[in-house]
Parts: sequence; structure tokens; C-alpha cells
Amino acid sequence: MLVLEKNAITEEIEESIKLHGNNRSALIPILQDIQRKHSHISDFAQQEVARLLDIHPVEVYSVVSFYAFLNTKPKGRNIVRLCQTITCDLQGKAAIAKAIERELNCKFGETTQDKKFSLEFANCLGMCDQGPAMIVNDKVYSHLTPEKAVQILSNIK
Amino acid sequence: MTTNKQKREGAVIFSEYERGSAIKKALSMGRDDILFELRESKLKGRGGAGFPTSTKWMLVAAAKAEEKYLICNADEGEPGTFKDRVLLLEYPELVFDAMVVGGYTLGAKHGVVYLRGEYEYMKKSLEDYLEAMRKDNLLGNNILGKEGFNFDISIFLGSGAYVCGEETALIESMEGQRGEARNKPPYPVNTGFMGMPTAVNNVETLAAVSHIVVKSGAWFKQHGTDKSTGSKLLSISGDCKKPGVYELPWGTKISELLELVGAENTKAVQVGGASGICLSRSEFDRTLAYEDAATGGSIMIFNENRDMLKVLKNFMEFFVEESCGQCTPCRIGNVKLLEGIEMIERGEYTFSYIKKLKDLGNTMKVASKCGLGQSSPNSFISILDNFSDEIFNNVNGGSHA
Repeated sequence: MLVLEKNAITEEIEESIKLHGNNRSALIPILQDIQRKHSHISDFAQQEVARLLDIHPVEVYSVVSFYAFLNTKPKGRNIVRLCQTITCDLQGKAAIAKAIERELNCKFGETTQDKKFSLEFANCLGMCDQGPAMIVNDKVYSHLTPEKAVQILSNIK
Repeated sequence: MTTNKQKREGAVIFSEYERGSAIKKALSMGRDDILFELRESKLKGRGGAGFPTSTKWMLVAAAKAEEKYLICNADEGEPGTFKDRVLLLEYPELVFDAMVVGGYTLGAKHGVVYLRGEYEYMKKSLEDYLEAMRKDNLLGNNILGKEGFNFDISIFLGSGAYVCGEETALIESMEGQRGEARNKPPYPVNTGFMGMPTAVNNVETLAAVSHIVVKSGAWFKQHGTDKSTGSKLLSISGDCKKPGVYELPWGTKISELLELVGAENTKAVQVGGASGICLSRSEFDRTLAYEDAATGGSIMIFNENRDMLKVLKNFMEFFVEESCGQCTPCRIGNVKLLEGIEMIERGEYTFSYIKKLKDLGNTMKVASKCGLGQSSPNSFISILDNFSDEIFNNVNGGSHA
């Protein structure tokens, strides 16, 4: 990583700390900011957060690795989370997953080659009355069909 | 997309309510009077555990501490539950007004809404709502002119962990830790967020508080049964014509509910989400109540065409993924139960081993540290017991014998 990039990340973390505070209870909001911007939290970013909050880097890693929405490895620019829990499952989740996989030539659990999408299954999204459902970044889509799901993704830049 | 704009009907939660009225009324009452009304109402926690809300609030109100906190648990992760989504999107006044009432009653200055990461799309509208409350002096300093009463609410966003719905795991998460449940006691009411007395209440519990403050505890307990007062918001999904959120009085029969939502040829009803129990047709005359079939609101309906072993497998995969891993019964136990289901699928099981797995499930209920592992064997045991004909005896087209 270039020194300039490193400095930029440090500055971002400092901005986050100004917003959320520099105590331990600000850790998750700070990590969420980094995740949102960079689609993952790199080793360097974890070390910088640890240094600025004055905790051990392993503490930061232990938190990042615990939560499903925080990642240590780079993801695609858009994260697709298709609900896999029972009601959505019964309403045809599998067919939707297959249609998306065919269209993007990418399996669930992986990222497309152009880094545009990461496909993930998620547990209950709380949309059981309108399933099958998925969340793309921070937007929720319900009553999906294979065709509709693919259409939604093709409209995303 | 996420809200059905129809006017919702209900006797308690969805009854008429004017924004801010609970706060106005509360500020004209003494703290003890508010606690008295809550005790009179016999309101119990709506998240599923059913702890009396008045007791929780009395303990925090009585505690002497520099700071106290009121946390609204909006980490609605139980499969099949979406009532909090509806409350927060369509009835935020009920939830936030009750938090201000709580701040006043408990002597807390800070309220926090722990919003699950999956609901990030609501955050902006909730923040706008809070900002409007600040403008109208329903939040902030000297609320509605009450000298010295300062209270504000912030939103803490979760990051995708089911176990954080457990109140001590939720507090750990807010403190910047892994969402692992704490040993209890001490309970959050005396050692909660940052070691301070903390009340953690479900979204729906708070919504009920707003109505109780305005309309009295006696009014509230006219609804429901003697032991389960008031009403319950039920999140109904699965095989029925009209899924959605319904408000029904406690004591409603499963069969009445099925009729109401247009469910036909129903084979099974999962009450209380993946961690709840699965009822078969012979039990459809049971009632929804803390003293009978208890639920945090999740009702999932399965018709005759569904393979119950597949349903169970989906639940157990969920628990294996969501177990936080800190205690052995839950971390290993759920994996063993899932493996057992896969053995049944392949036809490579013995009845004696299945019996052992049920015993293991009962051990997990006692030995697990938090509600996750204590309740995850419920569906395993109830589905294998109630649908054994289908799963093991090749009755009704079952295919695993």
C-alpha cells in the first residue's frame, strides 16, 4: 500500500473518531464507517483503529471477525444479501439464487471478477411477509422473482 | 416497498394515539404513579422472555448511579419476525415517546435504539424523526418545560449478529466487544451498559408503555387473558393468503388465527420462530399466551406439501451459523443436531442415536449460557416428535424411512 493511501486511511479514521468518540464503545461505529467506504477493513486499518483507540490490534480483529457485516477481505462494490431463512426459502429463494449466479457468472459466497458484486446469503431479513427478499447495499427489495432480481441488479452501476 | 400503507386495526397497540401524548401525561404524573400503572397493567416483555416490565423499571428506577441507560432492543432477528419493522416505520411515535417516558421514570439521560444491521435502510428516517422531536422539545433539555429533565436518543447500528438480540450480548456489542452473552447475574438492571443500571426493552413493549401511560393499566389489562394481559403483534408468514402483522388479543386460538389469515391445508405452525416450537394439527386448539404457546410474535405456517425435515434443517443451519461459539453446549450441540438431520436425510440413522440427540437437546436447554442455545433444540425436538410419522414412518409420502 502506498504511503499516501495509508495516510488517507488514517485521516478517515481520525474523522470517524471525531464523530463517534475515542472510547471503546465507538469501535463498531468506526469499523462500520471503514467497511462502508472500502467494502472491507484491511489489516492496516485495523492496526490504525487499534492505535488511535489505544487497544490491542487483536481486540479489533476479534470484533471484525465476529460480525457478519464486517469483513477483513475486499468485497465487491455492491453487496447482495439474499435471505436464506425458511419463509423466503419456501417462496423460491433457490431459483432466484441460481438466476443471479447464471447471470453474473459468479457463485454465492464469491465476488464477480469485475468487483462489481459480492453475492451472499443472509439470515432472516425481516421481510417474511413479502418474500423472497434481498438487500443490496442498504436498499431492500421484496416479492422477488428470478427475472425481477436479475433486473434489479442490472440497474445498479 | 417495505410498508403496507393500509390502516392497521387493533385494540391496543394499533389503537388511536396522539404523538407526544404519553410524554405530556407522564410529566404531569409522579414517577411512582407511572410505575404503579405499569404494574397494574401486568405488561410483560414482548421480545419473548416475558419478564414483567414494571419490575425491570422499578429495579432501574431504584438503583443509585451516576448514569442510567434505557435501551430499545430493535435487533429483531428471530426468523419470521417483522413486527418491529412495522412499528418503527409506521408507529415511531409509540416507541420513542415511551423511551422518553422511560428516561423520566428511570432517571436516565440517554436512550439508545439498537437497530439491527439489516434494518440500516430505516436509520435515516428514524434519525429525521428524532430530529423533529428535538425541534418540538420532546427530546433534549428541559423537555416540554420540565425543569431538569434532559433526555436524548441515539441509534446504534448492529452488524449482522442474531445473538445480539440477547440483552447482555447486545450490551457487549454496544461497548465495542464481540456480541457474546454475559454470565447472569448480575443482570443489566444493576450492571448494564458501561456497568451502569440499564433497562433493555423490546420495541413492542415500549409501544405498549405509551398506550398504558395515556389510557391506564386497568384499560390495558381488559384485553388478553389473566396471566397474559394486552395484545400481541403477530408476524405471520408462510403458507397463507394474507401474511403480515396482525394485532390479536392474547388467548387467541391457533385455529382462529389460521382462519383469519386465510391458511388452508395447514400441516404445521411454528410458534415463536426458529427457537420456538412446532405444533401439529392436533394442537391447533392451543392458545397464544405466556402460559400456553408463548411467542415473541413469529408465526410461520406450513401446508401439507412442505417437507418438515427440510424446514428443520433450515432452522438448524441458522443456529449453527448464528451460535456465537463461546459455550460448548451451543457451539457443538447445534452442529451435532444438524448432522443428525443430515443422517436422517441420507437414511443413515438409528432410532437409538436420534434418541441420544434429543437427550443432547435437553442438555443444551439446561447447560447453554444464553437463550440461543437454551432454545435452539426446541424446534429439533418438537418437529421430530410431532412429525415422526412423516419423517420416520413413511406416512403421508415421507421419504426418509
